[in-house]
Amino acid sequence: MENIFNIFIKSIFVDNMVFAYFFGMCSYIAVSKSVKTAMGLGVTVTFVMVTTVSLNWLLTRYLLNPGALAWMGGEFAAVDLSFLSFIVFIAVMASFVQIAEMAVEKFSPALYNSLGIFLPLIAVHCAIMGGSLFMQERAYENIGEAATFAFGSGIGWWLAIIMMAAIREKLKYSNIPRPLRGAGITFIITGLAGMAFMSFLGIQM
Amino acid sequence: MNREREPIFSAKNMRLLLGPLNRDNPVAVQILGICSVLAVTAKLRPAFVMAVSVVAVAALASLIMSALRKTIPSRIRIIVQLVVIAFLVIIVDQILKAYVYEVSKQLSVFVGLIITNCIIMGRVEAFALGNKPWPSLLDGLGNGLGYGVILIVVGFFRELLGAGELWGRQVIPDSFYEAGYMNNGLMLLPPMALIIVGVIIWIQRSFNKDVVDK
Repeated sequence: MENIFNIFIKSIFVDNMVFAYFFGMCSYIAVSKSVKTAMGLGVTVTFVMVTTVSLNWLLTRYLLNPGALAWMGGEFAAVDLSFLSFIVFIAVMASFVQIAEMAVEKFSPALYNSLGIFLPLIAVHCAIMGGSLFMQERAYENIGEAATFAFGSGIGWWLAIIMMAAIREKLKYSNIPRPLRGAGITFIITGLAGMAFMSFLGIQM
Repeated sequence: MNREREPIFSAKNMRLLLGPLNRDNPVAVQILGICSVLAVTAKLRPAFVMAVSVVAVAALASLIMSALRKTIPSRIRIIVQLVVIAFLVIIVDQILKAYVYEVSKQLSVFVGLIITNCIIMGRVEAFALGNKPWPSLLDGLGNGLGYGVILIVVGFFRELLGAGELWGRQVIPDSFYEAGYMNNGLMLLPPMALIIVGVIIWIQRSFNKDVVDK
């Protein structure tokens, strides 16, 4: 239990997807113009993240790892399918994004319209792919840990995009040098926020 | 009907190849593929390897998708694109593991993340699906190179100022250190990559007034 709590806090603050690894920057920069849209995207990303990473954990454990196919019988025990992990992960991701897209279209057409192209683009959202790959690299022991890690990372990304959207809403009223407006200043603010987040490094629960 | 064939390097094709290096730079102007720019650039060598991998995948993915564009129903095109890109990335990953294992370890998950690099997907979606294979190949190549240039510039400054080295060799003479010069360790940390990219965008947009945001 303690371990799960530790993973949760760590994945939100210490290993924050945006500030520590820069995952999902494309949609982070492009969608963080208003808090409302950012909120919707954050929820969707968190949902897709938790479902995909959990499912990918199962796939890694029972299909992809060296010797993972032992449950099918002795002759499969030596098979190593780990080179297929990219293609399997991306397929799982793409299908869950499709489900999320249909759900958002049905229950919140306003959000669906404001997200536009960025909803299907979650399929190539680095944070989710990165989450799956980190899950594989760090070899979480059971599905609970993997799901907690995914949930924490999703929340971390969500908090980061809302924070940036709130700052950018205020930023409209300030006098920034013209070439720096938009993308440029967003990068620099994210960099400064990243430095602040580095102070979480080394926290042990 | 005697249609004249377009020369292979016509002005239009050259623009496809060279435009992304500056005016349509995928990183600085289109804001695509940022994730890996920031994460792999602490040293020049991984940045260079990453740039080469992305150029190869971007060019080949554009070429293949453009060749297949008439046979793929548009409803399932995203999944087909992902499969083609994932296939190319798996090949790149295996090659890196075989020939430059050290760098492949440093890049860790970021090779896999080439699949989700928005540049490749974005260019396939925006260009290759509507154009012939040869211009698509040039477009993919150009965008890959535009991305690579930014990657190498960021990697250059971060390694030079952060570690006093280039390509793993010390370039700042010992006499500087004796005179009190210090490496700026902050350059090696992730946030500085964002700030450097921000500054690159600033400089680039001061020269190209027409891409400035409103």
